[in-house]
Amino acid sequence: MSEKQPDFGFATRAIHAGARPDATTGARNVPIYQTTSYVFEDADQAASLFNLSTFGFIYSRITNPTVSALEERVASLEGGRAAVAAASGHAAQFLAFFTLLEPGDEFIASRALYGGSITQFVHSFPRIGWKATLVDPGDPENFRRAITARTKAIFVESLANPGGVVVDLEAVAAVAHEAGIPLIVDNTLASPYLCRPFEWGADLIVHSTTKFLSGHGTSMGGVLVESGRFDWARSGKFPSLTQPEPAYHGLNFHETFGDFGFTMKARAVALRDFGPAMAPLNAFLTLTGIETLPLRMDRHVANALEVARFLEVHPRVAWVSYAGLDSSPHRERARKYLPRGAGSVFTFGVKGGYQAGVRLVEACQLFSHLANVGDTRSLVIHPASTTHRQLTDEQRAAAGAGPEVVRLSVGLESLDDLLRDLDRALAATG
Amino acid sequence: MHEPLHYSDDEIRGVLRDVRVIAMVGASPKWNRPSHFAMKYLQQKGFRVIPVNPANAGEVVLGEKVFARLADVPVQVDMVDVFRNAEAAGPITDEAIAMGARVVWMQLGVVNEAAAERARRAGLRVVMDRCPKIEYGRLFGELGWCGVNTGVITSKRLRSGR
Ligand SMILES: Cc1ncc(COP(=O)(O)O)c(C=O)c1O
Repeated sequence: MSEKQPDFGFATRAIHAGARPDATTGARNVPIYQTTSYVFEDADQAASLFNLSTFGFIYSRITNPTVSALEERVASLEGGRAAVAAASGHAAQFLAFFTLLEPGDEFIASRALYGGSITQFVHSFPRIGWKATLVDPGDPENFRRAITARTKAIFVESLANPGGVVVDLEAVAAVAHEAGIPLIVDNTLASPYLCRPFEWGADLIVHSTTKFLSGHGTSMGGVLVESGRFDWARSGKFPSLTQPEPAYHGLNFHETFGDFGFTMKARAVALRDFGPAMAPLNAFLTLTGIETLPLRMDRHVANALEVARFLEVHPRVAWVSYAGLDSSPHRERARKYLPRGAGSVFTFGVKGGYQAGVRLVEACQLFSHLANVGDTRSLVIHPASTTHRQLTDEQRAAAGAGPEVVRLSVGLESLDDLLRDLDRALAATG
Repeated sequence: MHEPLHYSDDEIRGVLRDVRVIAMVGASPKWNRPSHFAMKYLQQKGFRVIPVNPANAGEVVLGEKVFARLADVPVQVDMVDVFRNAEAAGPITDEAIAMGARVVWMQLGVVNEAAAERARRAGLRVVMDRCPKIEYGRLFGELGWCGVNTGVITSKRLRSGR
């Protein structure tokens, strides 16, 4: 036995993890394996691959070498054991829940979530027999109070979209673990550079890699990461992981794959049977994006803080909800969980309500009016008329997307240009 | 839960490079059992794996005859891979020492410190709470193929073989 090996630094892993030079050609960058399928060595190796008794590639719905490199890289950056990629962030969420839940099961989610996640949980999941209970994440006790015998997980966003809300991950993880269930954290808006949920007790992490990880607005994608530390057997609540799984010829994933059994099952059952695989080209573009994640996030955060300070004192702005501002009620939590900065997505209230919000987004000449975040380009949207349109008034208010709310995703442009654009657009609201 | 054990990559790589013949105690004839997976994988990587399991003694699993006890194995064994619980690992380790094996390897979740100490004193190398299949895959470039964080970072090309 010996000392633990020194870990490589974050910036090194952002460039190298999962990407050693190609064994055959020596290609230094990860090749784009634009292929659907892989030739078997012989019938016996084919059988071993299908039985999961050897590692290798069969068909790109399940594994692809370019996608695998991305999976390993994100697992490394999060400090996790293993990861599985998906076609989008929403697909990654689906893989997580399909691997965890049986029909009739429940989970508890923070109500401060991306509007699309609330819709997925509240409208689409019940049709598969899963029930989500939404609670105010401000008090971790709210999660405890909502737990029932069928509750199998707690789901939160570390830094919530769109509201500048920072969840007390350590406290919520403690509530989850007391109940013998895992904490799932959507770490999309923070990225692993700003927040490391596994260090605070999270058990699974999901990402929409569409955002800061790919970082350039080019590629849809999602990743589900497993910490490798949750004991799936102890509570007896997860039979499909710890007992013979009928969907895979009676294989016991927990026993066979140990601390990456969850990921293996998410891949071998949920990804195989529902099919939301990430495209190799998207994996390549996302890998390239991640190489500069530390540099980009530092600049995103610096620009966002200056934009938030500018808006905070602007006469046409009613309020600013950015956890990096000293005035934010989330400032202390942000210092703890996001020590390098509170991201670059936040909301503010424009004076004049719904109409003023609509006018503002239309008057922007540099900020792009679109439904995404985490691009090099600065983005703006009025959630009430777009992303959060499907929700009720109460749900919108609870999600921080009321009529006067405008959401920014501050990009990497020259700061003065961003401030000038916003100033001009705000002038047009009056 | 016990504290995780730490083995350097070089140590594990050394063991896997060094060993040719493995006696797998608890090897199962059922295709979907973890021991069967490990046996088949290690065979594909060029190891000879001899199954030891009293319940199936005399049967043939993956081309190898099953022996009831380690002492019955008629060839020199380099490593004993323990696919049994921590308690059973004690006497199995003593048999491994007695038969002149050089390595005792206890599977994922199996830790028996007292047995390990006896083996180390007798000059054997000991690995606990690991799977040789997973470690082989991790260190020789295959485990990353299924999204596992191998911890391997290098600018060197992977050479095929061990
Ligand atoms: C926090 C968060 N989670 C999940 C998603 C869904 O990701 P995708 O659009 O890649 O499916 C989004 C998308 O906006 C998001 O912002």
